[in-house]
Amino acid sequence: MGRQVGGLPGAFEVGVLRARSVPSQRARPRERGFQLALVAPSIFVLLLFGVLPLVYLIVVSVQNITMIDVDQSFHGLLNYRLLAADRRLWEALLHTGIFTAIALPVELVLGLAMAQLFIEHIPGRGVFVALLVLPVVVSPIVAGTTWSLMFDNRFGPINQILGWIAGEPAAILWTIRPDLVYVAILMAEIWQWTPFMFLLLLAALSGVDKSQLEAASIDGAGYWRTFRKIVLPAIRPVMVVAILIRALDLVRLFDIVWALTKGGPGTMTETLSVFTYVKGFQQFETSYTAAVALLVIVLLSVAVFAALKRVELAR
Amino acid sequence: MVWRTLAAVALTTCFLFPIYWLFMISFKTPEEIFAFPPRWWPSHIQFDNYAVLFKDGDAVTVWNSLVVASASTVLAMLLGTLCAYSLARFRTGGVHLSNWIISQRMVPPIAVVFPIFLMYVFLGWVDTYLGLILVYTAFNLPYVIWMMRGYILDIPVSLEEAALVDGWTRWQVLWKVVMPMARAGLFATAILTFIFAWNEFLFALVLTRTEVATYTVQVTHYFGGQSGFWAKISAMSVLGTLPIFVVVAFMQRYLVRGISLGAVKG
Repeated sequence: MGRQVGGLPGAFEVGVLRARSVPSQRARPRERGFQLALVAPSIFVLLLFGVLPLVYLIVVSVQNITMIDVDQSFHGLLNYRLLAADRRLWEALLHTGIFTAIALPVELVLGLAMAQLFIEHIPGRGVFVALLVLPVVVSPIVAGTTWSLMFDNRFGPINQILGWIAGEPAAILWTIRPDLVYVAILMAEIWQWTPFMFLLLLAALSGVDKSQLEAASIDGAGYWRTFRKIVLPAIRPVMVVAILIRALDLVRLFDIVWALTKGGPGTMTETLSVFTYVKGFQQFETSYTAAVALLVIVLLSVAVFAALKRVELAR
Repeated sequence: MVWRTLAAVALTTCFLFPIYWLFMISFKTPEEIFAFPPRWWPSHIQFDNYAVLFKDGDAVTVWNSLVVASASTVLAMLLGTLCAYSLARFRTGGVHLSNWIISQRMVPPIAVVFPIFLMYVFLGWVDTYLGLILVYTAFNLPYVIWMMRGYILDIPVSLEEAALVDGWTRWQVLWKVVMPMARAGLFATAILTFIFAWNEFLFALVLTRTEVATYTVQVTHYFGGQSGFWAKISAMSVLGTLPIFVVVAFMQRYLVRGISLGAVKG
C-alpha cells in the first residue's frame, strides 16, 4: 500500500502556505488580471451563498417575523433574550454534546483497533478494506433509514438476534423507549463513521517508519511502549484531522436523527440542527430561527477556533 | 494470523449486515417483509418493489439527483479548479484567502439554509433545478478548491515554465499543461463532489417540493405512514445507493485522500 502521510492541510498549519510561485510573474497588470480572473467567480459564489445569508440572518434576527405576522420593525435584542430562556434550545445543545462526546471517542478507538488489525498481512485484505468502505459512502439519510428497519421491534433482525441470545422473544421498542433511543441513534452513527476513522488511520499506520519499529523491538520495548512512543506520534497529524472532520460533522448532526426519531420521543433526541429545522420550517418562527442560526454559527466558530488553537499549541 | 483473519471476517460481516438487510428487503414480497420471525433472505429474487417505483413515477427522483449532482459537480469543478490554480501558483490573496475559503466548508448547512430559503422564495427558485444546483455548487466549492490546490501543488512547475518560455499564453499553459497533469486529481475530486451532492439531504428537503425532489427526500416521504411502505423505502434506498457503490469501486485509490481533505496522500 505504501501510503505517504502528508502534513496537515493549510488551515491547520496556520500561516504556512506551501505555495511555490512560477517565476517571471513580475506582476504585470495583465498577469495580475489573469490571477484575479481565476479566483473571482469562486469568491462571488461563496460571498453569495456564504456571506450574504449571514448578513440577512443578522437583519431578520432583530425584527419580529413569524408565520402570522410580518413585522419588519426593529426589535433590538428581543429574540436574543428569548434564546437565553429557551430550555428546549439548551437541551438540544446538550443532546448534540452527548452524541458528540460518545460517538467521537468510540469511533476513534474502534477505528484505531480495526486499523491495527488490518495493518498486518491478512489474506484478501484489499477486499475486506474495499467492503468496509461502503458504510461511509452511503447517504446518511439512507443509513438512518436502514437502521430504523434493523431496529423494528417485530420485523427487524436486531430483536430477533437478541431473542436468540436471551432465549426468549425480545420486542424492544428501540426508537421509542427513552432509555434506548440514544443507543439506537449512536449505533447507526458509529456504524457509518467508524470505517471513516479506520480508513484514515490505516493509511496513517502504513506510513509509520518500519525501521523505527524494528529498532524498538530489538531494544526490547513492549507493544504498548512502542505504540505510545513511536506509532502514536507518527499518526497524530492524521488523527487530529480525522477528529476535527468528525467533530464538525457531529455538531451538525441531522440526517441520522431525522431518519430514526425526528428528534423524538418528544424532544428527547433533538439536536441543534433538528431544533433549528423545526423552529424555522415547521413552526415558522422566522426571526427567532435567525437568532438561533446565528447562535449556532457563533458557537461552532468558537469551537473550531479553540480546537485549531489547541492543535497549534500542542505541536 | 488465523485469529486475525477470523476477526477480519467477523468485523466485515457486522459492518456489511445492515447493507445486506436493506438490499434483501427490496427483493422480498410484502409477506416476506412482514413475516415473523424475520426471514433472513428472500425465497426468490423479484423486482416488483422496483417496478412499482417506476410505474408510480417515484423513480424520477433518482433522475433529479443525477441532474442536480452532475451539473453542480461540473460547475464546482470548473470554478474551483481555476481558483485553486491561482491560489497554488500565484498565492493570490495570500494565506487569508485560502483559510477563508476552507472556513466556508465549516459553516453549518442548517444555519445558511434558512436565509437561502427566504432568498429563494423571493427569487422564485424554490423547487427548481437551478436553485438546487447553485446551492450544491457553493456548498462543494471550498472542498474542490482545497483538494485541487493540493493536487496542483504536487505538479512540478518546470513544465509550465518551459511552456511559457516557448511563448505559450497563461491560458494555453493552464489547459494544455496543467489540466492534463492534474487529471487524476480532477477525477478523484469530481467523484467525491458528486457523492456529496448525490447524498445530500437537508438542502434538498428545504429547497424542493415535488418538481425536483431528490431520492434522499423521496425516501423520507414514505416514513410515518403504515410500515407497509417498507418495500418502497428499501427499493428507493437501493436505487440511490447502488450507483455510489459502483463508482467507489473504481476509485479506491483516491478515496482516502478525498475523504481526509487531503491530510493523507495516496
